[in-house]
Amino acid sequence: MHDIGGVPRFLCEPVDVSPHALTGFDKQADALRQILGAKGIMSVDELRRGIEAIPEAEYHRLGYYQRWVRAMAETLLRKGVLSEAELRAALAT
Amino acid sequence: MSLAADIDSPRLLAALLDVLAAKGIAAPEEIAARIEITDRASPALGAAMVARAWTDPAYRALLLADGSRAAEALGITMRGLPPLGVLANGDGVHHLVVCTLCSCYPRAVLGYPPFWFKSAGYRARAVRDPRGLLADFGTVLAPTTRIRVVDSTADYRWMVLPERPAGTEGWDAARLAALVREGDMIGVTLVQVGVPTGSPS
Amino acid sequence: MTLAPGCAVRVRDDWPERRGPCHIRTPHYLRGHVGEVVRHLGDFANPEDLAFGRPAPPRPLYHVRFQQTALWPDGRAGDELLVEIFAHWLEPTQ
Repeated sequence: MHDIGGVPRFLCEPVDVSPHALTGFDKQADALRQILGAKGIMSVDELRRGIEAIPEAEYHRLGYYQRWVRAMAETLLRKGVLSEAELRAALAT
Repeated sequence: MSLAADIDSPRLLAALLDVLAAKGIAAPEEIAARIEITDRASPALGAAMVARAWTDPAYRALLLADGSRAAEALGITMRGLPPLGVLANGDGVHHLVVCTLCSCYPRAVLGYPPFWFKSAGYRARAVRDPRGLLADFGTVLAPTTRIRVVDSTADYRWMVLPERPAGTEGWDAARLAALVREGDMIGVTLVQVGVPTGSPS
Repeated sequence: MTLAPGCAVRVRDDWPERRGPCHIRTPHYLRGHVGEVVRHLGDFANPEDLAFGRPAPPRPLYHVRFQQTALWPDGRAGDELLVEIFAHWLEPTQ
């Protein structure tokens, strides 16, 4: 589903070539990914694996950096870097 | 459904940042510093490399042999980053870079990947209908030009060394660099004289 | 074993994604197709292991060139694809 080179479904999809500025959310997500990689907490390959594990309908609904955030959260939970309880507590504040 | 799937992305990111800051993994200052460093990379870096290659044959040879060392020669930090490969347009061959699997992009020398590079249409069409894709960018190649599409699947990051446009004889590197746009270095556009930089590429 | 530039190679017609969770860097559209080694790009930790946090020994990575006409029914003669592929995805052609 991420492996879309030459896939007929997208062959008629025009490309939006206009400039799109990144948002603060995008840049924060990007920076966090870099820090997790640099510190050896989560590799870029683990991020990709996490993105590829997002169910197809959701993959196409989510924006680019939304997928990253989703994959980072799933990966960090799975690896025990943080717990569901810790994440719930932070969401409640 | 997992916890992460139920939460909208901005809330989820804010919560992740809270927890990771509390654990000492990613302090807000580290995030801010990382954003600042990332913002510093822009197509101007790649453009400077291209202009130098157009005016200095020894640098052109280095650029094509080892893009990372050529970037470092201009003061760009490449340590710890994926190796940079550079492919020269010319002799009837035009290179077009895509990452069909995700969005691998020569960020060290071009900055954040543009929106179009990450889009499904771009990723799907580049490998199968490159000429149709180029038309979306207003780019038409000579029918005799062969396209070599570069699918950036693994550990390298690829940049295109575009052809120097006619009418720029005698120009210095700074003036040449101002002509080169990000799309020229991915192969979706051709360097043109008289197109203001910063226009959609 | 190092593959020399110019060697004809076939991308393995293997579909590990159908057998369970995996992460691979060999695009679907190349599986089973024949290309030509352009050069050895170096040895890199295997992403298939890195993605799962396993020890990831370095594997040779090659730049391999394919003819568009060999990949797509609507491919244009003369146009090509250049793709990074790990050695363990390549097999010699007969």
